[in-house]
Amino acid sequence: MTPVVSLIVALLLLALAVWSVVVRDAFLAVAGFVAYGLLLSLVWVRLFGLDVALTEAAIGGGLTGALLLGAVARLRGTEAAAWSERSGFGLRTVATLLALGVTAVLVLCVLALPAPVPTLAPQVVANLDATGVGNPITGVLLAFRALDTLLEAIVLVIALAGVWSLSPDGVWGGRPGVRHHADPDGVLAYLARLLPPIGIVVGIYLFWAGADHPGGKFQGATILAAMWLLVQMAGLADSPRIDHRGLRAGVVAGPLVFIAVGLLGLWSAGAFLGYPPQWAKPMIVAVEVGMMPTLVLVLALLLNGAPARSRR
Amino acid sequence: MSVETVFALAACALVGIGLYGLIAQPHPLRKLVAFNVMGTGVFVLFGALARRGAAAGLAADPVPQALLITAIVVAFAATAMTVALLLRLIESTDSASLAAEPPADDVGPR
Repeated sequence: MTPVVSLIVALLLLALAVWSVVVRDAFLAVAGFVAYGLLLSLVWVRLFGLDVALTEAAIGGGLTGALLLGAVARLRGTEAAAWSERSGFGLRTVATLLALGVTAVLVLCVLALPAPVPTLAPQVVANLDATGVGNPITGVLLAFRALDTLLEAIVLVIALAGVWSLSPDGVWGGRPGVRHHADPDGVLAYLARLLPPIGIVVGIYLFWAGADHPGGKFQGATILAAMWLLVQMAGLADSPRIDHRGLRAGVVAGPLVFIAVGLLGLWSAGAFLGYPPQWAKPMIVAVEVGMMPTLVLVLALLLNGAPARSRR
Repeated sequence: MSVETVFALAACALVGIGLYGLIAQPHPLRKLVAFNVMGTGVFVLFGALARRGAAAGLAADPVPQALLITAIVVAFAATAMTVALLLRLIESTDSASLAAEPPADDVGPR
């Protein structure tokens, strides 16, 4: 593959990174960062990481972008004050030197990488059949390195608990954000009715296809979460009350199913998260199906943010 | 120069650009964006290493790629948590300043 295209993509990526770091207006910086995230998924495609590209486009570009854009809108008033305390020439020089130094060390490391490349790909290919899934990345996520994925799911729940715990006392248990109102005949409300059925099918397809093709529960869950957020933004539904028991049960259900399957492995295969060969695929599917609703809920609720309205 | 080397070198620069913004930008949201740029630099470097590990008929080593998916999701969770902290800071102090509070003697009665 010709590296010319990659070179252009890399230069654009660097330009957008510089833009989103140094441009004066915070909104322009965040807009640049969203474009940067989308360009980054192109980088993943060039590096043959289709699963990573899908995750980057959905979460890195999409959800993070939406989160930061929402924050910029609410931080408008504080920008000018922050600009007045901008760092002086001395600090900026030190920062530049430090950044150049770190980059130089990394470049030296890249140029000195070992020639026989260390890789785990042969081991993954040799053992993938035993898991019953065809996509090696899904095999790594849910069988060989399942403990990482379990801890990641727990991190998501803890992050959500952290976000919720930042709500002021008076509105604890209430609904996050403002109630959105959109013109019921406008284009947003129209799209919020038109897109969810398509999005739900695409999200579930990505989830199910992840066993053998690029895709998986994170990418699928992000699309489903985005559909829910779209309906909220169009004012067709309100954000949920965080003291709803069903909601809280859904948030912890995924990790609990994952841990239960792990304990089942302790009993049936002699190791936590071990799968007996003939039961590997059903147990992996059980984890995936159990995790999916939790991921949709947690991703959407993280974007909703801390409760801001009292229970009504 | 191969594709993965191009992106590995670009990733080194991304880490530097992010680090500069993290130190030099005063506004916490700008620091957060810069930190995310720095983080994606680490991700791209790791992804280039995964591509170098292509073997056994796979175009890239799937283990680092799977860890990257985990990393992207965790980075989003951490960013969401930071944004919530930031919004709460502004709600309670009406300012997004991270500057040290002046010593108590200089504040005077309010």
